[in-house]
Amino acid sequence: MLTAIAIAVDGLGFAAWLFLSSVGLTLIYGVMRILNIAHGGFYALGAYASAWGIGLYMQTGNPVGFAFLIIPVMALIAGVVAGLAIERGVLRFMYGRDEVLMVLVTYAMFLILEDVTKLIWGTDSYVAWQPAYALGTIDIAGIPYTGYKFLIIGVAMLCGGLLYWGLTHTRVGKLLLVVIEDREVSMALGINVTKFFTITFLIGATLGALGGALTAPEISVVPGIGAEIIVMAFAVIVIGGMGSIPGAIIGALIVGFARAASVHIYPPAELFSIYLVMAAVLAVKPYGLFALAEGRKI
Amino acid sequence: MRKISRILMTTTAVATATICAAPVFADDVKVGVVTFLSGGAAGPFGVPARNAAELVIDAINKGDLPAPYNTAGLAGNTIAPVYVDENSKQKNADFQKLVEKDGVEMVVGYISSSSCKSIAPEAEKLKRLTILFDCGTPQIFEDIVTEPHYTFRTAATATMDNVAAARYLMDTGADAGRVAGINQNYAWGQDSWRDFSASLEQLAEATEVVTEQFPKVYAGQYGSEISALLTNRPEVVHSSFWGGDMEAFVIQGSARGLFERSKVVLTAGETAMFSLAKQIPEGTVIGARGPHGDLAPESDLNTWFRAAYKERFGSEPTYPSYKMAQALLGVKAAADKAGSSLQDDVIGALEGLEWEGPSGKVSMALAGGHQAIQDTAYGTFKLAEDGSASLVDVIRYDAGCVNPPAGVKSLNWIKSGFDGATCN
Repeated sequence: MLTAIAIAVDGLGFAAWLFLSSVGLTLIYGVMRILNIAHGGFYALGAYASAWGIGLYMQTGNPVGFAFLIIPVMALIAGVVAGLAIERGVLRFMYGRDEVLMVLVTYAMFLILEDVTKLIWGTDSYVAWQPAYALGTIDIAGIPYTGYKFLIIGVAMLCGGLLYWGLTHTRVGKLLLVVIEDREVSMALGINVTKFFTITFLIGATLGALGGALTAPEISVVPGIGAEIIVMAFAVIVIGGMGSIPGAIIGALIVGFARAASVHIYPPAELFSIYLVMAAVLAVKPYGLFALAEGRKI
Repeated sequence: MRKISRILMTTTAVATATICAAPVFADDVKVGVVTFLSGGAAGPFGVPARNAAELVIDAINKGDLPAPYNTAGLAGNTIAPVYVDENSKQKNADFQKLVEKDGVEMVVGYISSSSCKSIAPEAEKLKRLTILFDCGTPQIFEDIVTEPHYTFRTAATATMDNVAAARYLMDTGADAGRVAGINQNYAWGQDSWRDFSASLEQLAEATEVVTEQFPKVYAGQYGSEISALLTNRPEVVHSSFWGGDMEAFVIQGSARGLFERSKVVLTAGETAMFSLAKQIPEGTVIGARGPHGDLAPESDLNTWFRAAYKERFGSEPTYPSYKMAQALLGVKAAADKAGSSLQDDVIGALEGLEWEGPSGKVSMALAGGHQAIQDTAYGTFKLAEDGSASLVDVIRYDAGCVNPPAGVKSLNWIKSGFDGATCN
């Protein structure tokens, strides 16, 4: 029973982190048909900016409460600045090109972002542990969990809810769904698709940066963290169906619970379990669980 | 306009080439220095090692080192370093380039056990003197290159770290009836856990492994693993985590009370003991993969190294810096002994050599004189009265106590009950 409870809580915590780290990737793919490898770079930028900002603030000796505000602010700055630079500076000149070419272009952007983070913050590790400790621990069946972990779960649910509400209950969201459904018809209907691309890319980049910024207090922020997340995020969105927000939620939950179960029941299969689940899903649903049906175009 | 831009571009190119290229003279010895300059291991390992290489190479070239290294150069020849990033998908190709294109006389480098496993056979194939300065897996000379000629390792293996960790727990009276491990899922982590758990089996009256966790390297998130450790209630948790992974484990495990519930042993914990002084709970057992850093014995060389490193880089040298210094001083000792910096002469002198490093005596005692052993030490973490990190209850172990004798594989030696160990 204790193991089952631990799997449930650990799985949910890991899934929340995965969702926050991958939802921007699937949003950008859904709207722009770009598998954005630079997403890992946004994650790393967000993590560094957050750890750096929290570190500076904590040196002032003020209460830790304000540090929780620094996290989204830094994510917003990192996501908007880097997203704008990449979308306006590079990607807009390449819209309509082959998807494989766009993967290579965003990979190049990822490498540049990696170097930019090193130029700004160097190669030393950054630790910003204060927010992770500030909320204390909550005991569940005798196992202590940090309050911060539940904060991440809450933020993931909030982001998922806001995205769902935004897409289904706002005019911009509904237009975005039309763009996701069919880009050419959207243009024919007079929707400014290029503007939607810019907005989508900025939201996706900021979500990526938010994933990193929220993770920063729990980890040591070191060079290379962006490369690690992109592989895991890719697994999540492939399972859920590339471009699908509900797919990202379900994909994150499946991967989160599969990994937690493996760690508690059979640890050697920890990494294997994620890709086993991915292979099993793709064997039954080759385009993922929530892939959008596409009409054949002649 | 076009002419002006062409002139500007040419000027920039020439200026860049001038700035980047260090002058190499005819009797310079080109030495490839390979450490992580990017990726997760750069901050805690690669850059401190590179810093130490810069410091020690400059001092060797100028003859600024304390005795017995106070003569300039390698047998009088200046070292010209060529720095290469270990964080590469094509390590063997980078090594080949160093040997065949850059024409280095020798290579000093490699932090990761994975790197060493692929480079050691390459060094033998290309017949180039290669000194592995840090990686820990005992497999290098026990399984991969069993008759080395060109490959040396100037650092002791993970066996020493883990046998000493087990002995330290016994010597400090720790309860080790229920043991768990969390180690990275590659040669270093697996070998470390194998040697530690096997050593405890020999040393403790009764010990039971309650869980073994092997997350992938650079995973960063250990929530599930920490829950598994907490639910299994081990008395001892062993971890050979290093760098960012170790720091993340300390932050997450400490926040959830793991370090209070279990005695945690961090065999590579020294690199984080200053930066995470407030997160590492008192009582945590800390190792430095040898008697490095705060565990280094006092000597003129250690005093010089610590002061010179701090003055140049603004921080205390951690164990990767010590190990790089140890390797380069071994090369100097060998070249000076041979009176030559030519490869074959240095190889001949380095086999079985003993020399003094900033961490004390190093002996190339294993693998036909190609694998180093040295004394080691462990300590228990404690915050000093001024709030700074310190190690107390430090116990030193003689090299013969925690390293296998020549010709015996590590695991066989442990399972034999440490046959022939000087402290049995």
